[in-house]
Amino acid sequence: MSDLPKSDEYFSQIDHKPPKLTGWMDTPINIRKGMYCYASNPKSVETLGLPYARPWNPLEDDWQLPENWQQIIHEGLKERLERFRSFKIFMDICVRCGACADKCHFFLGTGDPKNMPVLRAELLRSVYRNDFTAAGKILAKAGFGKQIGARPMTLDVLKEWWYYFFQCTECRRCSVFCPYGIDTAEITIIGRELLNLLGLNIDWIATPVANCYRTGNHLGIQPHAFKDMLEFFVDDIEEITGVRVDPQFNKKGADILFITPSGDVFADPGTYTCMGYMILFHFLKEKYGFDVTWSTYASEGGNFGFFTSHETMKRLNAKMYLEAKRLGVKWILGGECGHMWRVINQYMDTMNGPADFLEEPVSPITGTKFENAKSTKMVHIAEFTADLIKHGKLDLDVRRNDHLKVTFHDSCNPARGMGLLDEPRYVIKNVCNHFYEMPANTIREQTFCCGSGAGLNAGEDMELRMAGGLPRANAVKHVHKKHGVNMLACVCAIDRAVLPALMEYWVPEVDVTGLHELVANALILPGENDRETDLRGEPLPGTEDDTNE
Amino acid sequence: MNVNYLFSLVAVLLLFALAYLGVKVPGGQLLFGIIIPYVAFIAFLAGFFNRVMGWGRSAVPFRIPTTCGQQMSLPWIKQNKIDNPTTTWGVIARMFFEIVTFRSLFRNTRAAKKDGDRLQYKLEIFLWIGALAFHYTFLTVLIRHLRFFTEPVPGFVQMIERVDAFFQFGLPVVYLSGIVLLAAVLYLFLRRIFIPNVKYISLASDYFPLFLIGGIALTGIMMRYFTKVDITAAKELTMGLVTFHPTIPEGVGSIFYVHLFFVSVLLAYFPFSKLMHLGGVFLSPTRNLPTDTRARRHVNPWNYPVKVHTYEAYEDEFREKMIEAGLPVDKQPEPQAPEEKE
Ligand code: SF4
Ligand code: SF4
Repeated sequence: MSDLPKSDEYFSQIDHKPPKLTGWMDTPINIRKGMYCYASNPKSVETLGLPYARPWNPLEDDWQLPENWQQIIHEGLKERLERFRSFKIFMDICVRCGACADKCHFFLGTGDPKNMPVLRAELLRSVYRNDFTAAGKILAKAGFGKQIGARPMTLDVLKEWWYYFFQCTECRRCSVFCPYGIDTAEITIIGRELLNLLGLNIDWIATPVANCYRTGNHLGIQPHAFKDMLEFFVDDIEEITGVRVDPQFNKKGADILFITPSGDVFADPGTYTCMGYMILFHFLKEKYGFDVTWSTYASEGGNFGFFTSHETMKRLNAKMYLEAKRLGVKWILGGECGHMWRVINQYMDTMNGPADFLEEPVSPITGTKFENAKSTKMVHIAEFTADLIKHGKLDLDVRRNDHLKVTFHDSCNPARGMGLLDEPRYVIKNVCNHFYEMPANTIREQTFCCGSGAGLNAGEDMELRMAGGLPRANAVKHVHKKHGVNMLACVCAIDRAVLPALMEYWVPEVDVTGLHELVANALILPGENDRETDLRGEPLPGTEDDTNE
Repeated sequence: MNVNYLFSLVAVLLLFALAYLGVKVPGGQLLFGIIIPYVAFIAFLAGFFNRVMGWGRSAVPFRIPTTCGQQMSLPWIKQNKIDNPTTTWGVIARMFFEIVTFRSLFRNTRAAKKDGDRLQYKLEIFLWIGALAFHYTFLTVLIRHLRFFTEPVPGFVQMIERVDAFFQFGLPVVYLSGIVLLAAVLYLFLRRIFIPNVKYISLASDYFPLFLIGGIALTGIMMRYFTKVDITAAKELTMGLVTFHPTIPEGVGSIFYVHLFFVSVLLAYFPFSKLMHLGGVFLSPTRNLPTDTRARRHVNPWNYPVKVHTYEAYEDEFREKMIEAGLPVDKQPEPQAPEEKE
């Protein structure tokens, strides 16, 4: 981040006007440092058995492609046109009205016209037109390809695909505004799938995927280490609350299996959210005999396969059901994660169901039937906790969050691929006294991406991330100035990993938290001592003044 | 340089000249009055059908609606039943508003840098108004034209005409729709020229239909108000076409043929162009599927088995470490060479 200009300088240099003289087809591709992620490590590609594992470098001219790469792309495209009606229709019906153009955070943050969703899609559509439509075939031969937006697949086009499909976080914001619901994320997903056929992935995706595959989580944490990490939190929790919690692992016959993104186990501030889950589960166990287990095998909620191909997504997702079946639990509870929930909501049952070995989820504490999860048998922890609060099952001391002025960031995937909007808000409002919404056109289904989703949260593409996160940061800045907001809550582990850097750059006074950190701060554990600090070890409001009085 | 609109303009002017002069050579009227309209209509029907069938042949493996509101969840949380529909009726409502009122386009905002340090988003409804005006006047004009294809003219056509002529001024009666249509076409064209980002993405295939439809409207207006085409003769020709007894009556005038030719070109061009959004909007999987994916199982027609990393393989790799850490294992380690017994 050090070689980035100051944030206000960065902002003032953004220009949203495209070049006047050159059309986009004549603008050569310029792969720029800071805007892309490193190429995938061949070892990771190999682990997964994906094609063409090899070292290559995006900055070099020669990408070491297989000889018949054009044919591979062509065949791949053909196959996907048959497999996905969405894709085929989205190739055909865009009218280039431009309604989506300024909806993408990457366009807003970079001003690069190829980051307008419509143009990002045109990069692929132009090849589709050339190869698969009657008009394209005829007019391109007559030399008028460019006029109708058709062009042959060349190495430059391929490089452009790679560069810009990995400058899309698949957030679907563009799709909300498109009059036909054209979802550029869907096009990007398939674009990446095609690139993957040539072994062109980025390492921040390939290696986590390989790790998830082998160890169960994206960081490659092995089972014993996973347990160690949670036990480390047990000590922390004891220090803060005086209560020793006792998480269970791989327990056969537990009632419920809990799966959360492993980012929560690993890095601050996600770790506090993880402690939050543990505190909540302990409370529920003590008071209501709630029997939940963690798994080291299915120790990743996030599905980095989603950023690779439908097939890889399915391969990683399978673990959730396999583990639930092996442990013989009744149903699955899922933690706070963004794209994990899009996968669970829209893909899991179809890919790896039916989950007929599980029971339809019922909260053992309130008796609430989760009708909306009847088939997947998987409940979101925000739904679960909101239900507990509604039924008055939690003992809360809300004042413990009084030092926080909280706003809520809707993560793209749950917001636009699921509709999880009010549950987390309900929870926050019941555990915090100070809650402020960001402006209406930056939240809920119009929410802005963190800028680092879909596998783009690497260190080497920091400029891209800060640019992409600009609209989100901009809205946070607004409530920070207006209401003094100092805490940005979210229900996504990637957000928790990347928003701190984003805030540091654009709005340094704001911190980032997960939902269950706030819940656990307020939750009164049976037998706890007088808490003096929150989960971060910071003095609770009131307590630091006591000595002064 | 963006020459895409010139390219399209020239194409439309050439088409104009082609028809205008073409009907003056012997057999031209037959060609432009009968043969081309029939061919165009067949191309339209066959092309449209083909295109929709082509989409229909592709699978819908996953339900991927874009959810634009609160999901169905706990009973006390209010679901957004239209933008996040779990029932067929919800989906129908969503599609209805989408198709009839262009609901998503209504959400449109415009982003701009403000005060040097922030982005601001303003509601931007002109595209919505322009698009709505364009499509509805086009529809009205289309319905009004049923007068030329029916005998007797049905009541609803007459009604639409009366509404359209509501602001009675001048003789012959001025139809509002034609004028608004032309204005909307002009607006849609100007925004493509003047909004830099829209200009950047516009192709010749975006300008061409605009010019063509503009040409249709213009020739229509010319005939009605200026060259005063012989309406009886025109109707004779169109009725001949629909009743499959085509005739070429005397005195319909070149402009009429140009009008008819433009319409024919539009029809024939339709299925091969972006104009197919007319059909596609009904089939868009992000809008026309219910969001009940966690409540109801949905089957992917090409779901194939994939290689997964099983728990057994996982435990085999980490068994010792798991035991050491006190994690339960399914299989106790065997003292020696377990592989050989497998
Ligand atoms: S809003 Fe939809 S139709 Fe308009 S340019 Fe974007 S993708 Fe195309
Ligand atoms: S999905 Fe998101 S990141 Fe991708 S083009 Fe659309 S708005 Fe931009």
